[in-house]
Amino acid sequence: MRPLDRKLLRDLWRIKGQAIAIGAVIAVGVLLLVMMTGLVTSLDETRRTYYERYRLADVFAPLTRAPDRVMTELAAIPGVAAAEGRVAGGALIDLPGADLPLQAQAVSLPDFGAPRVNDVYLTDGRRLDPDRADEILLLTSFARAQGLRPGDTLSATMKGARRTFRVVGLAQSPEFLYTTPPGELAPDDARFGVIWMSRTALAAAYDMEGAFNEALLSLGPRANAAAVRAAVDRLLAPYGGQGAYGLEDHVSNRFVSEEIAGLRTTTTVVPPIFLAVAAFLLTIVISRMVQAEREQIGLLKAFGYSNLAVTVHYFKMILAIATAGALAGCLLGVAAGRSMVEFYLTFFKFPFLVFQTDPAAFVLGVLVSVLAASAGGLVVLRGVFALTPATAMRPPTPPNYARAGRIAAGLGAWLDQPSRMVLRRITRQPGRMAGAVVGIAAGLALCAGLLSILDSFNRVMDITFDLADRSDVTVTFVEAQGDKTILELQRLPGVIAVEPMRVVPAVLRHGLNTYRGAVHGLVGAPRLNRALDQDSRPIRLREEGVILAVALADILEIAPGDALTVDVREGRQPLLDLPVIGIAETLVGAPAYMEIGALNRALREPHRVSGAVLRIDTASGPAIYRTLKDMPAVAGVSLKAQARDAVQSLIDSGAGAQRFVMAGLAFVITFGVVYNAARIAQAERTRDIASLRVLGFTRGEAAFVLLGELAVVTLAALPLGLALGALLATGLAEGFSTDLYQIPALYSARACGVAVLAVLTAALASGWLVKRDLDRVDLVSALKTRE
Amino acid sequence: MPGETSAGGRDSPAFTTRGLTKVYGEGPAAVHALRGVDLEIPRGEMVVLLGPSGSGKSTLLNIIGGLDRPTAGTALFQGQDLTAMTDAHLTRYRRDHVGFVFQFYNLMPSLTAHENVELVTEIARDPMEPDEALALVGLHARADHFPAELSGGEQQRVAIARAVAKRPTVLFCDEPTGALDSTTGRAVLGVLRDVNETLGATVLIVTHAAATAGLADQVVHFADGRIRAVETNATKLSPDDIAW
Repeated sequence: MRPLDRKLLRDLWRIKGQAIAIGAVIAVGVLLLVMMTGLVTSLDETRRTYYERYRLADVFAPLTRAPDRVMTELAAIPGVAAAEGRVAGGALIDLPGADLPLQAQAVSLPDFGAPRVNDVYLTDGRRLDPDRADEILLLTSFARAQGLRPGDTLSATMKGARRTFRVVGLAQSPEFLYTTPPGELAPDDARFGVIWMSRTALAAAYDMEGAFNEALLSLGPRANAAAVRAAVDRLLAPYGGQGAYGLEDHVSNRFVSEEIAGLRTTTTVVPPIFLAVAAFLLTIVISRMVQAEREQIGLLKAFGYSNLAVTVHYFKMILAIATAGALAGCLLGVAAGRSMVEFYLTFFKFPFLVFQTDPAAFVLGVLVSVLAASAGGLVVLRGVFALTPATAMRPPTPPNYARAGRIAAGLGAWLDQPSRMVLRRITRQPGRMAGAVVGIAAGLALCAGLLSILDSFNRVMDITFDLADRSDVTVTFVEAQGDKTILELQRLPGVIAVEPMRVVPAVLRHGLNTYRGAVHGLVGAPRLNRALDQDSRPIRLREEGVILAVALADILEIAPGDALTVDVREGRQPLLDLPVIGIAETLVGAPAYMEIGALNRALREPHRVSGAVLRIDTASGPAIYRTLKDMPAVAGVSLKAQARDAVQSLIDSGAGAQRFVMAGLAFVITFGVVYNAARIAQAERTRDIASLRVLGFTRGEAAFVLLGELAVVTLAALPLGLALGALLATGLAEGFSTDLYQIPALYSARACGVAVLAVLTAALASGWLVKRDLDRVDLVSALKTRE
Repeated sequence: MPGETSAGGRDSPAFTTRGLTKVYGEGPAAVHALRGVDLEIPRGEMVVLLGPSGSGKSTLLNIIGGLDRPTAGTALFQGQDLTAMTDAHLTRYRRDHVGFVFQFYNLMPSLTAHENVELVTEIARDPMEPDEALALVGLHARADHFPAELSGGEQQRVAIARAVAKRPTVLFCDEPTGALDSTTGRAVLGVLRDVNETLGATVLIVTHAAATAGLADQVVHFADGRIRAVETNATKLSPDDIAW
């Protein structure tokens, strides 16, 4: 091995502490990049493969009832590659020991062979025997959550008739990746099930012999999806077609897509910020490291080593640290990605999920790290090369403080000598000081921004479940009922208040934007389930128009005063044009609100309700649930506490889960920045401080020169960091917001306070570590050190 | 080195300087390190540059060693103008012809004695083996020690071994015994004399210790950036004979 390379290895070993610190900062930036881009790629790719392998439909067309022969006509529409008619319907599962009935969807599978569209993946047990009408397959996640296994029996009510079924197998399906109880937004495995039955058996239960009530179509590669849907709607119009919709509007797929999109946005915002901070830190530290080698560079040049040879030597050192850090980041990123994948597997219910890495992330991570490190090194090398070897080998001439001295002259009158040293150093080297300030400010901004996001998530929960919704129980009916049902509910012992609601599915349009959602009919001045404005005040619903959730208004690009087209997908399916009269700060979901009387009039179905919200005396809860379970009109009962838990776990396990990891990493980086700033200052001033000690200053007085500088830099970084943090919080809030939940751009005083505290703690800890080292310095050898 | 054998030919002196001037800084703060130095140093001689601190002798050494550039004047090495050379040419000049020994040894702390020598032999044209160079300074047995494990005198001998291993045309020594006690200092001077005599290298020693002058063929006295006097010793003393 060449002596220069041996020098390199030994130098690396000597500065191993510093090298590890630098490498760790790079690793953190690269880790985040690799992990997050990998997750996005993996989820995207897995979803695509899963859909393809189990032939998920491209078009879904629910209808009232059509004879089987219509399927032939549907299959003949140009662009349709495969078509399948099936029977689907709601069911209530009654498990012994459960107070509340559990809602389920029953779906038919062909009697013989696999379905052409929407196949299922059997995880346990066997497929259905068409000769046995009581056999069912159960959704795996529901069965696991309820402790059901093949061989168990369960009773379910379909179309008013209760029957007992035998579970023969457990299955998953790409159309039920995300299963939410009706009327709720967050998935809850235990509270919503899917039952697959053979076509004949299910048709018998729903009076659908020789007919179907849902058509599934898959399209050829060059099909015009809109044209196909239009043709389907025309064909099914006589049979109560409720409007064909594409996969993009399919509830489960939309949830999955939103989660992936949210993760992708976060990936484009957050890792680059981390990487930029890491790169900045790296540039500063490396430049300082090379500066310390000035004498040896001069010596190598004196021996006749060329500039190129010296550059290559130091470049190797930089490269070794930067690539080692980046590679460690890649490996850790893959490892972290793999464990996150496990996490997402339970969340998304993919039958398989392989962590795939995006090669671009590796390349980008390594490249940014190496470039940042090289930039720091090369700038200094260029400066050293500009000196003659004789000058390079001498200690640098004392920096000229003449100018700074004059600037500070006015202040000098009331400053002691050590304070003057601090002030002059800061004014003399504004560039270097600005670097340290910006570095610490960036760390502070990361902490404050990410902590704010944590608060924003909590705020979402508070607004949604404490302020907007003050009910305890939501009851949904099988179909719209006369409002005397509300009186029945009101009479139940333990019910304190009841409010009716009418939810109708609708396609909402404004200009070219459409959204498949629902209109929520509420009473004019609701007290339980309310729409709130920006200041969390309840909005009074008026008869003449609709109030839109802020996310919906954004999607539709609509403002108060504009007209909204509401294409109702229920009953007579009227087409309504309604003015938007307000925007509600609804953060979960994207509903449109309307006064219930006005909605019913528009539908020409007066005094109808599709559900109700209840406020109850918790002690009477179980009795009320038992009564509700036996009411034939009731399709489902959901408790706010359960819904809240479901949303909380949605936020905690989806893209939002990243926020904890990021907040943790932000603290690591902040400490790294502050600690390095202190160490660099220490390295530059050891001699000065030793001199002060020799002149008779106490340890504390001498250390003040250094720690005073750190204090000034840290304090200067606080306002800048808080300002940057506000920008970051806004960007992050946007990144974390999805169709399903909006994260408000809060910039909370609490987050700022904690972040400032973290920076100050890091500064104090760094100061203490530096001070401890200063106290240990051997005065004589420090004075002898030739820079 | 370009035109190595042409311009001055074999008979030209090792170094010739004319009006060599070096000013550090500008305006009122300017420091005149050299104020027009004219000097001729014959090949193969041992020359001592003598003078108090700040008299300009180290500056002269740096300039003719190719480590620094003058403000005005010319410096010729074997007839070639060092002041007209590019950085790349100066690098080649130092690599092929010059050996340096510094007062503070300037060893690479992370390399052993052997490796410190190897650092130079690796890029030289016709070097001796590092072991041979270390044997020359009597340090063969300590080749695998790091600088921190060597005494001051040993470190300086490693520095000398490193300087002579390339078989330099000229050897520059800046206060080579400045940090050493008398016994070690004498040993180091003995090594320098041997190098001069056995390798035929021109040796320039900068020092403020007048006693060292006895070793030299020629002694150049410096003061205030100028040459005060040049004297030639009829008989050279042995290092053991000089008063410390």
